[in-house]
Amino acid sequence: MLNYTIRRLLSVIPVMLVVSVIVFMIVHLTPGNPAFLILGEDSSPEAIADLERELGLDQALYVQFFNWFSQVITGDLGTSVYSSQSVTSLIAENFGPTFSLMALSTVILLAIAIPVAILIVALRKTVLDPIFTSVSLFGVSVPEFWLATLLVLGFGVALPIFPVAGYVPFAEGADAWLHHILLPSFVLAIVEVGIIARMLRDSMLDSVNQDYIKTARAKGVKEREVLMRHVFVNALIPTTTVLGATVAGLLGGTVIIETLFTIPGIGQLLVDSIHRRDYPVVQGIVLFIAGIYVFVNLLVDLLYTFLDPRIRYD
Amino acid sequence: MFTKKTNLLALAMLLIVALAAITASSWLPFSPAAISPEQRLTGPSAAHWFGTDDFGRDIFSRTIVAARVSLSVGVIVAVLSTVIGTVIGLISGYFRKVDFVLMRIIDGFLAFPALILALALVAALGGSITNIIIALTLAFFPVMARVVRSATLQVKNQSYIEAAQTTGSSHAVIIAKYVLPNILSPVIVQSTFIFAKAILAEAALSFLGVGVNPSTPTWGNMLQEAQIYVTIAPWYSIFPGLAIVITVLALNLLGDGLRDSFNPHQAKRKRKTKLA
Repeated sequence: MLNYTIRRLLSVIPVMLVVSVIVFMIVHLTPGNPAFLILGEDSSPEAIADLERELGLDQALYVQFFNWFSQVITGDLGTSVYSSQSVTSLIAENFGPTFSLMALSTVILLAIAIPVAILIVALRKTVLDPIFTSVSLFGVSVPEFWLATLLVLGFGVALPIFPVAGYVPFAEGADAWLHHILLPSFVLAIVEVGIIARMLRDSMLDSVNQDYIKTARAKGVKEREVLMRHVFVNALIPTTTVLGATVAGLLGGTVIIETLFTIPGIGQLLVDSIHRRDYPVVQGIVLFIAGIYVFVNLLVDLLYTFLDPRIRYD
Repeated sequence: MFTKKTNLLALAMLLIVALAAITASSWLPFSPAAISPEQRLTGPSAAHWFGTDDFGRDIFSRTIVAARVSLSVGVIVAVLSTVIGTVIGLISGYFRKVDFVLMRIIDGFLAFPALILALALVAALGGSITNIIIALTLAFFPVMARVVRSATLQVKNQSYIEAAQTTGSSHAVIIAKYVLPNILSPVIVQSTFIFAKAILAEAALSFLGVGVNPSTPTWGNMLQEAQIYVTIAPWYSIFPGLAIVITVLALNLLGDGLRDSFNPHQAKRKRKTKLA
């Protein structure tokens, strides 16, 4: 297992290297001169030349990559063209709301998906199962920004229970924080609920007929206990792997949800920076998000071997 | 394959949407671009089934016409991702020497949530339809490459491949004649899902204001424009959204149904366990 852990840790290096190349290339895909695009049409040739030098755009591509990459390694993601603030500090400032949103969404996601999956498996012989399958398919077919719009209409306008926009940090009162972030977190979670619940259901149904479950039943263990203690616990293992992919879905979703509810997180910062053509910030955030995703998947993989020691990766 | 009821239903739904979009100009009650200021933001009525927008344009006509761009982007992205992903997946699964390098590159692409990668690429390339297709293809082909690679690895160990190798067939012939036909079912299923995801992603990009030029009606653009009027003209948001849901749902249904049809054993086993 130690061997696997070390190899899994090392596998992050090539992935992050490729990620860095992709992120670096994003700016260089821009048709035309990035300095000209940032400064706008009225800029003087001298100003463009200055910015080019500042951004290192006058050097060969591989030199630029090497310079950029050696900075990134030390945690220096560059400076915002728009606010002259360091990208790292911008991300740090805006990460609180995004983290709140993701953490609460994950809680809501699991709090809905787990009971639903158990209920479906317990009542698998009834009409509930095909209904659930259709509903979960519906869930992955709804654009989240549209669902958010409908929920805002329902719970922000028709029944004004929740504010339709804005964010209050946790430090300024847990009540106000929760009040502002509950609806956005719910929207973010609900789109992924179907995927997780269905994965849980499928793996629980797979184990319902396994020998150890039959043994438990034969021993006279109550059906309820069979489900909770044997079927459910074993279904958690394959589900942890999907949770990794779900984090990616949530990270993508925060961009939309933050824009829609005007929550000042890194998703909104990303969209704003795109409109401002603030490429260093765009690069920094995209790299940061990919980094989180790679890190979460690493954790999930390591957790997986820990939860199920039978798994050996040779 | 198309005998299953859900497959047929899904296919019928898609055909209706596609046909409506293609033939639109011959039967639509209003021109999608016709402005009538006195009809601004009126609710659904006998004349305007889905109501009118902020320029008094007919939302029904615009929703139907918007299907053209949304569906075209979806189809093209699905086809391009499938072709690129299949070629890379086949090479990676068949020639083990390049597998390691190719898969590390694919891993790198997969490290980005698809929407974030597409967003960053469109930001760099600019928001034309071509660039959105490029960005979405780059966001979705890695999944296809992974699927094709693992299918190829399974097929490669079959004895008929070994037999073909011993008779001296070239690699290209083996791949084209023996590997490719045997991995088509996961490819078709996956391309259906990519089609669905591409429609959702295109709408999301337009909604974030980095998508197709706002003057072109697409479902995402309509929803973006509708956003400011959501409290006074909810129908403006509801109908284009429903169009997305129906189309994407049909595609997901089709993908699910095809997967079951291609894997009759697995589907049967699922039904059995359900009844246990």
